Amino acid sequence: MMFEMLTWVERMIEIDATGLHYRELNERIHAAVAEGAESIRLINVRGQRYIGTGLRKPVYIEIHGVPGNDLAAFMEGPRIVVYGNAQDGCGNTMNAGEIIVHGHAGDITGLSMRGGKIFIRGNVGYRVAIHMKEYKDQRPIIVVGGTAQHFLGEYMAGGVLIVLGLDTPRGEHTARFIGTGMHGGVMYFRGTLKPEQLGKEVSVLEVDESDRALLRQLVGEFCHHFGYDLDEIMNGQFIKLLPLSKRPYGRLYAY
Amino acid sequence: MQHLQRYQNRYGDDKVIEACGLFGILDTSGRRFSGAEVIKAMALMHDRGNGLGGGFAAYGIYPEYAEHYALHVMTMHESAREQVEDFLRHHFEVIKGEPVPTRPTPEIVNPPDLHRYFVQPRREDTSDMIEEDYVVVRVMEINTQIDGAFVFSSGKNMGVFKGVGYPEQLAEYFCLESYEGYMWTGHNRFPTNTPGWWGGAHPFNILDWTVVHNGEISSYGTNVRFLEMYGYRCTMQTDTEVLAYALDLLIRRHHLPVEVAAKVLAPPLWGEIELMSPKERRLHETLRQVYGSLLMNGPFTIIAAHEGEMIALGDRIRLRPLVAGIKGDRLYVSSEESAIWLVCPDVEVTWIPVGGHPVVGRLGEKPTPPADVGYALPLEVSLDTMKVEA
Repeated sequence: MMFEMLTWVERMIEIDATGLHYRELNERIHAAVAEGAESIRLINVRGQRYIGTGLRKPVYIEIHGVPGNDLAAFMEGPRIVVYGNAQDGCGNTMNAGEIIVHGHAGDITGLSMRGGKIFIRGNVGYRVAIHMKEYKDQRPIIVVGGTAQHFLGEYMAGGVLIVLGLDTPRGEHTARFIGTGMHGGVMYFRGTLKPEQLGKEVSVLEVDESDRALLRQLVGEFCHHFGYDLDEIMNGQFIKLLPLSKRPYGRLYAY
Repeated sequence: MQHLQRYQNRYGDDKVIEACGLFGILDTSGRRFSGAEVIKAMALMHDRGNGLGGGFAAYGIYPEYAEHYALHVMTMHESAREQVEDFLRHHFEVIKGEPVPTRPTPEIVNPPDLHRYFVQPRREDTSDMIEEDYVVVRVMEINTQIDGAFVFSSGKNMGVFKGVGYPEQLAEYFCLESYEGYMWTGHNRFPTNTPGWWGGAHPFNILDWTVVHNGEISSYGTNVRFLEMYGYRCTMQTDTEVLAYALDLLIRRHHLPVEVAAKVLAPPLWGEIELMSPKERRLHETLRQVYGSLLMNGPFTIIAAHEGEMIALGDRIRLRPLVAGIKGDRLYVSSEESAIWLVCPDVEVTWIPVGGHPVVGRLGEKPTPPADVGYALPLEVSLDTMKVEA
C-alpha cells in the first residue's frame, strides 16, 4: 500500500465541500473511511447535514466552515474538530466519540446524547443536553466554554453538563428554566445562578472533592483543546445542580 | 377558494412534517443589490422545504414608480383578470399594467396568470378614509369577492414574488436576478397544516408589509377574529397571513414601536413579567390586556419587513431557529448560519437571538449586535480559519 509510506498528516484526505449536497459529501466521507482513511479534512463546508453520522471507526475529521444540522448524529467513535460554528442538533443521539467546536453551537446541542464528549468553545443555544441520558459506563459529557440560552438540561436523564461562563458580557449566565424536567445526571456552572433561573425540578448544591476532581479532569480536556489556563478557570466558583427526583412527573401521570 | 388541490399540489400529500427556510438581507446604507445573494442563500437551504412553496420580497425595486402602489395580482382564469381590471379602473388610476416578467422554467408548472399594476387611488373615492386604509379595503374586496383572483403584493416600490416550487426555481421563473433592491427576504416552504398553493406561498403581504414565517400559529382562530374587527379578511388559507395584518394594525395604524409590537406577538411569560420593575410590568400587563388576542401561540420564527425596516422575531421559547449576522452596513438573518457565511464569507459577527427579542435593522442605522444578550461571538479562531478558505 502506497499510503503506508506516507506520514500521518500526508495521509489526511481533503475533500472540498463547495457546492456538494450533504448526501454526496457523506458518501465521499464514508467511502474514504471504508478505504482505510484515518484522517479527513473537509474544507468550505456550508450547512451540509449529518457529517459523521453512522461512522463507527475512530477516524479524525477536521471541518473548516459551518457544518449543517445534526452534526455527528448517531456517531460512534470518530473525533470531529470544527474550525467554525456548529448549527442545531450537534451530537444528536451520539453514542461515542468527540466533537470539538472552536466557535459556538446552536440549539439542542447534545440532544438525546448517550455517550462521548462535546466541547464547545463559545456559547450554545436553547435546550442543550435535552434528554441526554446515561447507562452503566456510557456517560455523555458536554463542556460549554461560554454560556447557554434557556431550557438547558431540559428533561435531562443522565450525563454531565458543564457551563464555564468564559468571556460572557458581565460574566453572568442569563439562561432561564435551567433543568426543567431534569431527572438524572449532573450540571455544573462556573458562576452563580438566581433562583428564578432554575426549573422546578432542580436544586443547587455546593461542589465537593469528588466533583472538583471530575471538573478538573473535564475542564482540563477543554483547556487542552482550546488553550485556556486550567488553574485560572478552576479558581472560579462552581455550583452543582442535581434533580430533586428521578420521576418528577410520576404523580402527574399516575392515578 | 375551492379545489386548491386540483390547482396546485401535484404531490397530493396533505400533511408533512418538517421545517421552512427563511433568509433576509438589509443594506442599511440603502445601496441596492441584485437578488443573487438571497437566491443563493435560499438554494443552500433547499432541503428545508419540499417544493410546495417559495417566494421573495424585494424592497426598492420600482424606483421609477416609487409613488404608486404596485399591485401584483394572480388570477386563476381569464374572466377573473377581466374583473380585476374593471375593478381597478373603477377605484384606481392605473398608471401602467403589464404581465409580471417570467421565463419558462421546467419545474414551475401550472402557474396562474401574473400581472402587475402601478396605481393611484382615485381621489374622489378616498375622502372618508386615509389612502392606505383605502388600498387595504380594495385589496380585501378583490381577494374576497372576485373568484380566483388574489392581490399578493400591494406596497409602494416593493414587490412579492412567490408561487409553488422551490425558491431558487421561482427566482429563475421571476427573473429575480435582474431586480435591484436594498432589502430582500426569502422563504422556502414546507406546508404542514394548510394547502400548498400559489397564494399560500410566503411572503404574505399587505401594503408594504411582508412576512415570511417558519412554524405554525396555533392561535390562528383567535387572531383572525380579532383582526376581522379591524376589517382584515383572511383569504389565503394559511396561518401566516394573520402576522402581516397584525403588524399592519399594530405598527401602521396603532403606531406601536416595533419593539413593543414584538412583545404583543411574543410576550414574556407571566413568570418573567412578575420579575420586572413596576413600570415595565404595567406595560406588559397592559399589552396582554389590550392585545391578548394577537398573541401568536405556537412555534414560529418570522422575518417581517416594510419600507426601511427588517425585523426578525422568534417565539418566546424559541421553538424555531434563527441566526443573525452583521457585516458593515448589512444585517443578515437566517434559519441556518451556514447560509449567512455562504453569501458573506467575511461576516463580522453572528449570534443566536433570544426568543421573543426582535432583531431590528433600519435604513440609516448601522446594525449592531445586542449588548445585553451575551451572544455576540467574534471568535478569532473560527473567523480567521473561515476567512482563509473564502
